[in-house]
Amino acid sequence: MATLIRLQASTADWIYARISKAVTLLSSAAQTAWIKRLKPILFIACLLPFAQLIYDAFSGGLGADPIEDITFRTGDWALRLLLITLAITPLRHLSGWNALIRVRRMLGLFAFFYMCLHFLTYIVLDQFFAWNFILEDIIERNYILVGFSAFVLLIPLAVTSTNGMMRRLGGKRWQRLHRLVYVAAICGVIHFLWLVKSDITEPAIYALTLITLFAMRLYHRYAKATQAPARPTQGAQAN
Amino acid sequence: MLIKRPPDIRSSEITDRSLFQKRREFLKGGAALALGVTLPQSVALSPAFAATQFSELTKSPFSTDEELTPYEDVTQYNNFYEFSTDKRGPAKLSKNFKTRPWTVSVEGEVKSPKTYDIDEILNSFPLEERIYRLRCVEAWSMVIPWVGIPLGAFVKSLEPTSRAKYVEFETLHDPEQMPGQRPGLFGSSLDWPYVEGLRIDEAVHPLTILAVGLYGDVLPNQNGAPIRLVVPWKYGFKSIKSIVRMKFVEQQPINTWNKQAPREYGFYANVNPEVDHPRWSQAQERRVGDFFKRPTLMLNGYADQVASLYSGLDLRKNF
Repeated sequence: MATLIRLQASTADWIYARISKAVTLLSSAAQTAWIKRLKPILFIACLLPFAQLIYDAFSGGLGADPIEDITFRTGDWALRLLLITLAITPLRHLSGWNALIRVRRMLGLFAFFYMCLHFLTYIVLDQFFAWNFILEDIIERNYILVGFSAFVLLIPLAVTSTNGMMRRLGGKRWQRLHRLVYVAAICGVIHFLWLVKSDITEPAIYALTLITLFAMRLYHRYAKATQAPARPTQGAQAN
Repeated sequence: MLIKRPPDIRSSEITDRSLFQKRREFLKGGAALALGVTLPQSVALSPAFAATQFSELTKSPFSTDEELTPYEDVTQYNNFYEFSTDKRGPAKLSKNFKTRPWTVSVEGEVKSPKTYDIDEILNSFPLEERIYRLRCVEAWSMVIPWVGIPLGAFVKSLEPTSRAKYVEFETLHDPEQMPGQRPGLFGSSLDWPYVEGLRIDEAVHPLTILAVGLYGDVLPNQNGAPIRLVVPWKYGFKSIKSIVRMKFVEQQPINTWNKQAPREYGFYANVNPEVDHPRWSQAQERRVGDFFKRPTLMLNGYADQVASLYSGLDLRKNF
């Protein structure tokens, strides 16, 4: 068993090393060129769930309870895109493909876009501005409270996502503010976990994904901290 | 027991047979259109389909005249976790579900426990049409024209003993046929087999039926074929599907959802706009097909008939 684990670990190391090498062979200019080509494709891809929703809405594809269907779909995509956004940094660490950072803002804003649709579906289609019921929901229903919190937390991040705001806030402060995205993601997963009736498979998959992404970040920090004294120049270059 | 005639249902409110038939014709027309085919009427109705229809159905004063939820929605939007937790799943995954031969085993505190063939039960009692509101605990609702027999008539024929205080029902447990019963990555969605229960006075109440059909046809598999309970004043999960066992017992049964989440689902599960589910309001519901929600009625609008069953019972505690 132990041998098997070691073997697997060394295989993983080998694959990791190959990927890193392949990517580092690309010059940083080539990496950037690739990303520039990828970005419009990603933009279209992020719009596909929305296009499907519009199409289904007009072709009767939303089923017997269309409002529930719209709520579920927009919620699913908000959470998926949020996790994909959070995967960018671990992916950069893993692959060395630093230019990936250039699509992160777009992905994050798309997550926010679907979250806005999700929220508006609830306010307009589900409750139709019945503020007394909405208020009661937010105060009394924990899953709505955490979901609402995730949405509220992401508003300042969306507002400060422009280059101008980044400059005005300054790198360090901007980064500290944008750590709220971790809290929002945790709230989003808990929101899903608390709303299902009995089958937790789907929210559990999201929870495991989020935990894995956090673990990858922590591992990277740890690895950097232990390697830094030995290879100071490399460590500095990695950022 | 004194059965109060419902003051809210006048004979003029009962759907006329011809009107009902017209709706059915309209539906079939719609189905043919949806398939993109124009067939002569005789061909469109395959013999197999025609043979499944019930001919003589007694009307019931308990039926509502509210607009029926379309057949399509009734049969494509189902909570039937034995097949799938996705509401569109049961219709797809239950296509090959075998409903014959089918037996219902009657056990416990009755004169002579016995295993009944389903057709034996069906042939012993006249079939009735009952158009009922169905209110799901998830705060949506439908209006469904069921076909069934009063459970009370069947129960009385079994001659329960004086110790029979409750009836416990059980759904088929067959993971081969019911994919939802196979454990998933994170365990099973519910503890199988699905169990429900009624107090004996609830079971023999004239509103309670064993349904074997809807819209004048045999019950589609995804709706709980071949035989299911319908208790219109309780949340939908009480109306257990695909019944294989009925046990007459002295102790209150532990129903599946109560076992799953005791804080959220009780034994009684009476529709009550004043007692919220811990995670959502029960004050309103969305009738499938409507945009605006409507207020939920006490005991799903059947208070005149059944409120007396619960006099003296604290409905907040016994939710």
